[in-house]
Amino acid sequence: MKLLVTVALVLAAGISHAQSITMASTTSTEQSGLFGQLLPEFKKATGLDVKVVAVGTGQAIDTARRGDADVLFVHDQAAEEKFVAEGGAVKRWPVMYNDFVVVGPKRDPAGIRGKDVVAALRKISAANAPFISRGDKSGTHAAELRYWAQAGLAANKGSGYRECGCGMGPALNIGSSADGYVLADRGTWLSFRNPGDLVVLVEGDTRLFNQYGVMVVNPAKHPHVKAADAQKFVDWITGPAGQAAIAAYKINGQQLFFPNAGR
Amino acid sequence: MNTFSDSAATALALIAGLDPVLLSIVARSLAVSASACILACAGGLVLGAWLGVARFPGRGAVLTVLNTLLALPSVVVGLVVYLLLSRSGPLGFLGWLFSFQAMVLAQTVLVLPVVAALTRQVVEDVDRAHGEQLTSLGAGRLLRALLLAWDERYALLTVVIASFGRAISEVGAVMIVGGNIDGFTRVMTTAIALETSKGDLPLALALGIVLLGVVLALNALIAAVRRWRIGGKDQPLLLEGAPG
Amino acid sequence: MSGLVQLNAVGVRFGGVQALQGVNLRVAAGERLALVGANGSGKSTLLRVLHGLVAPTRGSVLRDSAARQAMVFQRPHMLRLSALNNVALGLWIRGTGWKQAREFASLALGRVGLGDAASRNAQTLSGGQQQRLALARAWSLGPDLLFLDEPTSSLDPHAKREVEALMAEFAQGGTTLVFASHNLGQVKRLATRVVYLEQGRVLADLPAQDFFNSSLLGATSREADLFLKGELA
Repeated sequence: MKLLVTVALVLAAGISHAQSITMASTTSTEQSGLFGQLLPEFKKATGLDVKVVAVGTGQAIDTARRGDADVLFVHDQAAEEKFVAEGGAVKRWPVMYNDFVVVGPKRDPAGIRGKDVVAALRKISAANAPFISRGDKSGTHAAELRYWAQAGLAANKGSGYRECGCGMGPALNIGSSADGYVLADRGTWLSFRNPGDLVVLVEGDTRLFNQYGVMVVNPAKHPHVKAADAQKFVDWITGPAGQAAIAAYKINGQQLFFPNAGR
Repeated sequence: MNTFSDSAATALALIAGLDPVLLSIVARSLAVSASACILACAGGLVLGAWLGVARFPGRGAVLTVLNTLLALPSVVVGLVVYLLLSRSGPLGFLGWLFSFQAMVLAQTVLVLPVVAALTRQVVEDVDRAHGEQLTSLGAGRLLRALLLAWDERYALLTVVIASFGRAISEVGAVMIVGGNIDGFTRVMTTAIALETSKGDLPLALALGIVLLGVVLALNALIAAVRRWRIGGKDQPLLLEGAPG
Repeated sequence: MSGLVQLNAVGVRFGGVQALQGVNLRVAAGERLALVGANGSGKSTLLRVLHGLVAPTRGSVLRDSAARQAMVFQRPHMLRLSALNNVALGLWIRGTGWKQAREFASLALGRVGLGDAASRNAQTLSGGQQQRLALARAWSLGPDLLFLDEPTSSLDPHAKREVEALMAEFAQGGTTLVFASHNLGQVKRLATRVVYLEQGRVLADLPAQDFFNSSLLGATSREADLFLKGELA
């Protein structure tokens, strides 16, 4: 009986026209579990459903560029500003930040433990230690490349450097089985269920802070975009209710995201 | 192995608990793949049957292309359908991207060549045996094709089951065009991919066990129905036209 | 043209093989025409050209379009249906409503002595029964012209006789028969006219009694005479 009701509901949901917007965001944000907390509160406040398509940052921006989403919510400031400049969105609002950490095997063969991410990368390269990169044009990948560049090692990351072209979870899986170093966002790391021997070795470097921005897809370019409803989401998440909800989200008692919309 | 025993336990707990999120995901998988299977079979059985009897210049090329489409990677189908359904694409006006309809469309595109190619082979073989008689009785090409396909209905039932299996087990197409949206377009295979990428391997494997269990139950049901329908009636002799 | 089917200088080529060459043949109503010759001589192809299953690559075929035709093959082609429904199918394809088709089929089954096998799966019947079923199916269509391709060659002697008896009944009812056969006894019993084929050519075309007269046959075609002597030895 429960099954029949569920099937009926699934089908009804499929053909009903509930008010909703589509949001392109990233896998790391969704996997952190943040949306599971935020979106029900948003729905209570506005009655709007948010359908989250969670992909890599590059794909998320492409989805918005094509007009297949109403809202874009990612964490690559340079790419976001470029998107605004090319007219894909009218304005970008900062929302929150989380941070990256460098995880690695407990015994830390390259000796990177500390507070300096650039120094850590230098040691990894020098030791030719295994380092697993997402290599997927995500916000995390973009940040990782920035740190290598800051270390002056863009062309010389050591012979242990591997790109998997995959999401954060799979990269951590590989790192765990290969005893390698991985740059990860704290959210995915805290909810990762298969750490094996990996622990956090580098954290707290301000360069590791990862800024999130939100945008409404430009209705001038894509007239079908639900601009008014999308704006409601932007207003809510940058407003006091959304910012408080962000701060209240914790994993194992630890706050993951730090609101900084400053409105 | 630890992961396997954890998974088996988790799977049993999930099934016994009738978790509503899990149920909705299972129901959605079945609905998407069954719809795609029905559409693909409606088109593919007729197309395949007709190809089995038709002869026209270029038929060889058509068959080669059709057989090649048997090996279409699901992710390629997903990408192509995504580009078609995107708002920036030719079918964007439908607004089907990231929806149930998109997933059904993608799986139909994936599975239709399978049904057509296999049906073509079955019908062509039986046409060699019986085709002349049907032509002699006055059947035109299409009617002959459909009668032969009907005669081979048990073999074609296997084709239908295989096509359903192909649809329900694929993840590439349905991930790209559906978006794996929680509560809306998440199906079994994309849920498994998600849990794997989150590192929750026991849960991922448990979902895999559930998926296999559902398909197993479906096949057992079909086998039971078949036995009920043809059991008790005469079984055909092994040799046709054997001296009596 | 008078007659039911007429072939003019017909040739048939399959791929690299010349199956028929320069065939001139006219089938008149009421005849019982037997085609004889070795395997590969073109008998089966000739039957199919006459019936319209194969188009000639040279020459022309003229047909009396009002004449209804049916064909029985060497192996009875029954679908996975009951005996009754297999017979009814023929009528249904020709445009009869299904219910009426089944009624006619029932009559046809009675005619060939298979009335009590009506609801059995056709493929569970013996070879002889299935061939009689094929004849029932042909009979139900009311053909003016019936083609048979070695209809008894895969049957045991008893079944052979049953089928031959039916063929004779068909002929007595006014149906023109054209049949290919290896069985010269059968040809002798049934045919009014015999055509001998060798390597796709018609080498002899005689009334039956002349064909079985060795000196007459030898005068027409030495090959045919040799063939007949070989077969009867």
